[in-house]
Amino acid sequence: MASFYQWFHRLGAPKSFYFLTGKWLPWLALATGVLLVAGTVWGLGFAPQDAKQGNSYRIIFIHVPAAFLSLAGYYVMAVAGAIGLIWRMKLSFMVMKAAAPLGAALTFVSLFTGALWGKPTWGTYWVWDARITSMLVLFFLYLGVLALQYAYRSGDAANKASAVLALVGTVNIPIIYKSVDWWYTLHQPATLKLTGASTIHPEMLYPLLVMIAAFYCFYALALILATRAEILHRERRTAWVAELDGG
Amino acid sequence: MSTEGDASLGSGPFSAIFVRDLRVALRHRGELANPLVFFLMVATLVPLGISPESSVLTLLAPGMIWVMALLASLLSTESLFLSDFRDGSLEQLVISPQPLWLLVLAKVLAHWLVTGLPLTLFAPLLGVMLALPAEGFVTLIASLAMGTAALSMIGSVGAALTVAIPRGGLLLSLIVMPLYMPVLIFGATAVQQAVDGFSASGTLAILGALFAFSCMVTPFAAAGALRISLHG
Repeated sequence: MASFYQWFHRLGAPKSFYFLTGKWLPWLALATGVLLVAGTVWGLGFAPQDAKQGNSYRIIFIHVPAAFLSLAGYYVMAVAGAIGLIWRMKLSFMVMKAAAPLGAALTFVSLFTGALWGKPTWGTYWVWDARITSMLVLFFLYLGVLALQYAYRSGDAANKASAVLALVGTVNIPIIYKSVDWWYTLHQPATLKLTGASTIHPEMLYPLLVMIAAFYCFYALALILATRAEILHRERRTAWVAELDGG
Repeated sequence: MSTEGDASLGSGPFSAIFVRDLRVALRHRGELANPLVFFLMVATLVPLGISPESSVLTLLAPGMIWVMALLASLLSTESLFLSDFRDGSLEQLVISPQPLWLLVLAKVLAHWLVTGLPLTLFAPLLGVMLALPAEGFVTLIASLAMGTAALSMIGSVGAALTVAIPRGGLLLSLIVMPLYMPVLIFGATAVQQAVDGFSASGTLAILGALFAFSCMVTPFAAAGALRISLHG
């Protein structure tokens, strides 16, 4: 246990995080690249056509992984914020700050690809479906954290304030999801049914799983890169950064 | 802080803050009327913008009145901590030995009494203007009473987070509105159910649960947010 804490503290120091992740980056980038290429080629080129939707269903290979990560990303952001608030760890605030625009971008991607998919499938770009509406609210939650982050002049207050907001949002996410679900079943009959995950054909499922793994790797890669950039920015006046710059 | 506020400190910090905030609010009667006037004016925009036909208005009334009440409540949320922040008394509250969440609770309660409660009592008038069917009125008042209280509670976190930011009003709306959505859904649905002839008691119970939950959680979040806003 003691060695774990030692490791945890070492990782928590921005400088050692920077050098440690520097060693991981090439491998992570390789995994992301291989998985993305494999999943894309498999999904777009070799997976069978859908009986009803033809080729248009293939957008799920982007849409579903992006939707997965937009929600997971919110929890990454909130947990990082909580760790920062509780243990006053500088690094976790940097992770939180990096996670906010990344998550917002992925939420936007999932909304946008959903709209593109909706046109050929449902005949309209936008439907007030329960899941779409929840995604939109999630996007708003991200925008709120981002707006608060940039509104503060002092970096420390900005970190803590957006961490509090992210945590309040986390408490609210289940409530929002349930209430939107409930609102939808009450106000509109469920006329539109997406292909359920359980009914998907294995030959479509496997490339989808590869793409989900690829998106997870991509997320980790992007998060680490953004955190490293933030570290360099905040520690720009320290000796070790100056040394990096000189050498 | 005014000297009158200190005079009633003997009855405990909660009631001291509560009485002081009510007294301050009642001395600025013009400000009290503003959310109500806003409520009334937006209600006038609906028939002008959509249709004066009572059949159309009847259809829109439950949701429209709720949306307008939400916006009016949102507008008044900014003032919750702002004047105390500007004259420095908020700083005194934060450094006082009293539990800050209790003081926040007192402030929110006083704020609701002078903003949310008038909106609730004013809503039936808008119901008449927007041709809300008679079955909906009781539920409208009940849902708004609990709903605006929950909105004030949730809004206090946003107000605490943005109080130190210059021109934080719009930012406050951005961060608070997603959190308001469950309250709006259940409030408007309860009124709709009553209008359609169903029992709204289940939906009102959920609204009450949202209110109770927000009472439990938000004073602590708002107190933490106030400390961050003031001391970084």
